Amino acid sequence: MRFKLVQRTLATAVLMACGLSAFAGDLVINTDASDPAPKAAFEALVKGFEKANPDVKVKVNTFDHEGYKTSIRNFLGAEAPDLATWYAGNRMAPFVNAGLFEDVSDLWAKEGLNDSFKSAAASMTINGKKWGLPYTYYQWGVYYRKDIFAKLKIAEPKSWDDLVKASATLKANSIVPFAIGTKATWTTGGWFDYLNMRVNGYEFHMDLTAGKVPYTDKRVQAVFDKWDDLVKPGYYLANHPSYQWQEALPAFVKGDAAMYLMGNFAVAPMKEAGLKEEQLGFMQFPEITKGVPKAEDAPTDTLHIPSKAKNKVDARRFLAYMAKPEVQSEMNATLGQLPVNKNAKMPQDTYLKAGFSMLSNAYALGQFYDRDAPAEMAKAGMDGFQEYMLKPQNRTAILERLETVRQRVYK
Amino acid sequence: MTSSSATSPDSLAKPGWWSRHQMALVPWLFLTPAMLMFMVYVIAPIFESIAISFYDWDGLGTPKFIGLGNYIELMGDPDFMVSLKNNVIWFFGFLLSIPMGLGLALLLNQQVFGIRLAKSLFFFPFVISQVVIGLVFSWFYDPTNGLLLHVMAALGMDPVAILSDDRLVTYGIVVAGLYPQTAYCMILYLTGLNNLRPDLIEAARLEGAKGWTMLFKIVLPQLRPATFIAVVVTIIGSLRSFDMISIMTQGGPYGQSRVLAYYMYEKALSEYGYRMGYGTAIATVLFLLMLVYIIFVLYRVYKQEQETD
Repeated sequence: MRFKLVQRTLATAVLMACGLSAFAGDLVINTDASDPAPKAAFEALVKGFEKANPDVKVKVNTFDHEGYKTSIRNFLGAEAPDLATWYAGNRMAPFVNAGLFEDVSDLWAKEGLNDSFKSAAASMTINGKKWGLPYTYYQWGVYYRKDIFAKLKIAEPKSWDDLVKASATLKANSIVPFAIGTKATWTTGGWFDYLNMRVNGYEFHMDLTAGKVPYTDKRVQAVFDKWDDLVKPGYYLANHPSYQWQEALPAFVKGDAAMYLMGNFAVAPMKEAGLKEEQLGFMQFPEITKGVPKAEDAPTDTLHIPSKAKNKVDARRFLAYMAKPEVQSEMNATLGQLPVNKNAKMPQDTYLKAGFSMLSNAYALGQFYDRDAPAEMAKAGMDGFQEYMLKPQNRTAILERLETVRQRVYK
Repeated sequence: MTSSSATSPDSLAKPGWWSRHQMALVPWLFLTPAMLMFMVYVIAPIFESIAISFYDWDGLGTPKFIGLGNYIELMGDPDFMVSLKNNVIWFFGFLLSIPMGLGLALLLNQQVFGIRLAKSLFFFPFVISQVVIGLVFSWFYDPTNGLLLHVMAALGMDPVAILSDDRLVTYGIVVAGLYPQTAYCMILYLTGLNNLRPDLIEAARLEGAKGWTMLFKIVLPQLRPATFIAVVVTIIGSLRSFDMISIMTQGGPYGQSRVLAYYMYEKALSEYGYRMGYGTAIATVLFLLMLVYIIFVLYRVYKQEQETD
């Protein structure tokens, strides 16, 4: 906490300094792109924009990823930059509702983004207006060990029964079917998202995360009935609350665990740890209820114009530049993620290619449990899922508790 | 003769206002900067945060006055009760550091070659940052390759994943917290032991006192000031426990290792929080708990000062 405070003070100091030095023709961008790949992507993006628009000088303030989440609340209200990175879905709702983000529907209409950014349009819309522009997203899915599957003669599971059977076979050969680390509880949200979207479908999932359905509903119960198939026989890595998602990777890499439901960002560390492409497979989360169209989780990162920005004209030019298909392709090649513009060039990487075609054919895209549901509900929900994964017998009590939280959060 | 008696009564009768009040005023003048700082940075925020606790506020929009709403919600909040219960565990668990520190101090209070080195090594844990200790202990407890796992396996026991077990997790963190706290209590007692009166010890020895009698009747009473400080520091340490929990479990599994300070942080300032009103309500409860204790301490200090006067 003390650490956070220091970061916050530093961030404010930096902001004050750059706020004072800003003049017309200057464009200030605040980003949380502190990791090497996002940083490089943003640098290239800015360089390209300055080349195309020599009259604008861009200044980028890069924040540490976690510190940014606190800082943004301060700088949007006080010394607003002209552009700021954030996330789509319900995560931007507090800022939209507080009037801190600028409505950019005009830009979407003018640049034809309603068509070329169609897959992300829903997640950028609140109250019928668009509040920002996405620059990247990535797929979620099941990464699995091809070599282990081959050795035990398991075919890639296409249905829920296949998946449960495959898990039983793996367990019988003393291999943990699923790696997971729930020390940071958000990883449980991925499982709930997929189970709910496959059992009840995308619309129900969105209604639930929007607070329209009680958690005690029997359709939610049905999700946990399916989850029981994996939790009760112990198909998850033991002691998962002791690990972060990265700390659960060694089990997967060593071959002690065979599957991992994760976002595509997990591929880089898996490869670094020595997994080859012939060992590492990717599959879509299998069907559960027949006929339910398959929706996917694809968390989207976005750029917004704060409503207190000084240079909104150039900020709009920057967004328009970033929306271009070639810019999207180049940026996401550096990021190792997927471009949102559907006219952008297909990525070359095996897993991104698989993800790209999966998301292009997806029925709809969820943002992830902690971005679709409001923060407080998400926190209680993910704690509850973790408790359920440890003590499935507490299910009823957990769902009742979540229901009381729901009634308070969405009043 | 006459001239002096004519002038001096006049000047004596009318000394300047400043010189008349100098003695009373100067201390206050010197205190003013500190008191200003204290008002601005300690007293005012306390009242401000108590005021916020009556509002429903996300830190961005307009605060909505809800009276005692946050406190009523606290009463029915199972997570709050768990945090409160864990605070009690921390409180009593942390007190163990006092006898442990005393034991270590007695052990190390010898005149042997190299004892200074041993003393510094034992004091080492207190010098290391809490965050580092938290990290080291979570490796120690690690259920895949931790030291504890190997020790338990060697003893033929079933390994326990302490940080994944909702019943054991708080005790696991308290043990990690005791590691530096014991060192601190030890150093307090070591200084205390240096100031023992040799004549009293000598006299007791002549009277035939030794062992436990010596410890309880002669040594401990003389260590009373050290014990007092150790208790004060330890209890405050137990109430503000935060860093270890944040590093070792982030309050998990499913919030079972949270204490009030951590719960307040989570509700008000963490990624999933920003319920400022609710967070400050928790802070107010924590403040009231501390206040009871602080009043007790101040009363003790006051009594002691009266005794020594």
